[in-house]
Amino acid sequence: MNLQAVQLQQIRKRYGSTFVLDDFNLEVAAGEFLVLLGPSGCGKSTLLNIVAGVEPHEHGRVLIGDRDVTDLEPSERHVAMVFQSFALYPTMTARANIAFALKMNGVPAAEAARRVERVAAVLQIEALLDRKPAQLSGGQQQRVAIGRALVRNPSVLLLDEPLSNLDAKLRTELRVELRKLHQSDPRTTLYVTHDQLEALMLASRIAVMHQGQILQCDTPEVIYERPANRTVAAFVGTPTMNFIEGRLDLTGAAAVLHTHTGARIPLPGLSATPSLAPERPVVLGVRSEHIHIVPTETLASTTGRVLVEEMAGADTYVLADVGGHELTIRTSAGERVRRRDSLPIRIDGAAANLFCPTNGTRLS
Amino acid sequence: MRRRIGRTTATHLTLATFAALFAAPIVFMILTSLKTLPEINNGSIFALPESPSLAAWSKAWGSACISGTCEGISRGFINSLAIVLPSLILCLALGGITGYALSLRASWHADALLKAILIGLFIPIQAAMFPMVIVVRELGLFGTRAGAVLVHVTWGLPFVSLLFRNYFLTIPRNIISAARIDGAGFYAILRHIVLPLSLPICAVAAALQFTFIWNEFLLSLTFAGAGHEPVTVALNILAGAQFGVQEYNVNMAATLLAALPTIGIYLLYGKIFLRGVTTGITKTRHA
Repeated sequence: MNLQAVQLQQIRKRYGSTFVLDDFNLEVAAGEFLVLLGPSGCGKSTLLNIVAGVEPHEHGRVLIGDRDVTDLEPSERHVAMVFQSFALYPTMTARANIAFALKMNGVPAAEAARRVERVAAVLQIEALLDRKPAQLSGGQQQRVAIGRALVRNPSVLLLDEPLSNLDAKLRTELRVELRKLHQSDPRTTLYVTHDQLEALMLASRIAVMHQGQILQCDTPEVIYERPANRTVAAFVGTPTMNFIEGRLDLTGAAAVLHTHTGARIPLPGLSATPSLAPERPVVLGVRSEHIHIVPTETLASTTGRVLVEEMAGADTYVLADVGGHELTIRTSAGERVRRRDSLPIRIDGAAANLFCPTNGTRLS
Repeated sequence: MRRRIGRTTATHLTLATFAALFAAPIVFMILTSLKTLPEINNGSIFALPESPSLAAWSKAWGSACISGTCEGISRGFINSLAIVLPSLILCLALGGITGYALSLRASWHADALLKAILIGLFIPIQAAMFPMVIVVRELGLFGTRAGAVLVHVTWGLPFVSLLFRNYFLTIPRNIISAARIDGAGFYAILRHIVLPLSLPICAVAAALQFTFIWNEFLLSLTFAGAGHEPVTVALNILAGAQFGVQEYNVNMAATLLAALPTIGIYLLYGKIFLRGVTTGITKTRHA
């Protein structure tokens, strides 16, 4: 199939006098599954509507492949869209919903019927084709909506929070389905969500958006392990990354963080970066899985006091007080932590992130 | 428990009183129309007819004399239909298209236009009469059925457009977006997506417009011209005659006949009408 890249150049969009997007640029590679991740109101859905051409914008160009589609009608852009609200045509059967675009584009009825059947088979909705949307469950409706999008074989697939209105089980099921679909038929996909887990699981690249800006655009691994700033770090990952402010002491054998409570937290494995001035104020960011409970105290460990334990299936989250700072520690379920006052804790300095306390950008 | 029964009884009593108040004139009209003229002149208005007869009805329909021709109000009835039906169809079609265009709110013009249309709703018919006469005359349609239709369509459009617009706004925007992406144009969306969702409001608009145009007097009197007088005008001539004997039974029968189509429309539409007035469209689940 002919895969097409999408380029957004200097997009500007206002609602009244508020700028939702200003000088916004993004490039989606051909065949890529790009997830726009951000809190509600960050402009990600608006962006999708602009690519689809259903919402006007003031300035900037939209390119699909080598065509400038900025001034083209939605139907001329070879895009298809799936909505959070499903947006099925309520008076039509599932079959008519899927066939609607083909009918509008003058595809002969026999061929249209064949294509509907083929898509229905892929999405396992053959038995539902003669039902109206109101007679379908949410998950079934969204399958029909995905079928409606795929039947036209679009160059670009746009998905606007397609799983957000479904219950947890269906969401997982359909998420896997979407992944399979993209693997077997890798078409350029732009997917909007506020669910960071969904983004991590689906994306080949994630663009983290905040207030109309892209904070970081990279693979899920990089976004998770090396977030570009504190906002991205806090937004991605469950449980939320632990943050501790302090001064970094790089003079000794191992780096040590001195916090304002007077705590001394060793960070074994943290390699000194030339750009880091000694005694520099930093925000340490460390994920729960990079904090370990160790059998005995050593020079590289500190002590914590267990506050709460949360059982979460395979993992147990331990909330501990470390020198006046609350840290979440991920332990495996088998590893029972007995509540006691001095628990030796070791932070993996090699996996730690350092951010600037003033503007939140990544230092290490 | 006892208190509740008391309250229910009170409610029913109030309702019954109001029902009686509203029904009374119609009941008297029906009673009178079934009586003979001497019986009306000599008897009580509340008395039941001694020997009910449909003679007055038949005269009112077919042989009562109205400005020289003795064809009853049947002629006016047909004239009315000839004006109302085309007006109704045109008004609904144009109002639907206008209402849909306005509901899209594609540019600031749409809302500015809406305000202009709102003003149109508040102009009294008498104030617009003279300019309308001039326009219709210049078009060469004064005193024709087409002229009357044109005037009724124009006069009904602001209201019908507004009614449709407000209803169309309740259709989820994403459904329209999906249809645009699927390649449907303005009219295709209106026909395949919007219209099938809008049957209740179409019924409401049709019922209201039918009633308005059917019962309308001034515009029809002015614009339809000789020979095209609608039923309201015929009724006025019949019941308002200054000379000769006032045949109350015939007048009542004629009035009831003239009111039948509108009553019929409401009985027919009753359910749809209430549904259209009180609720929006049935949205898809989870939407």
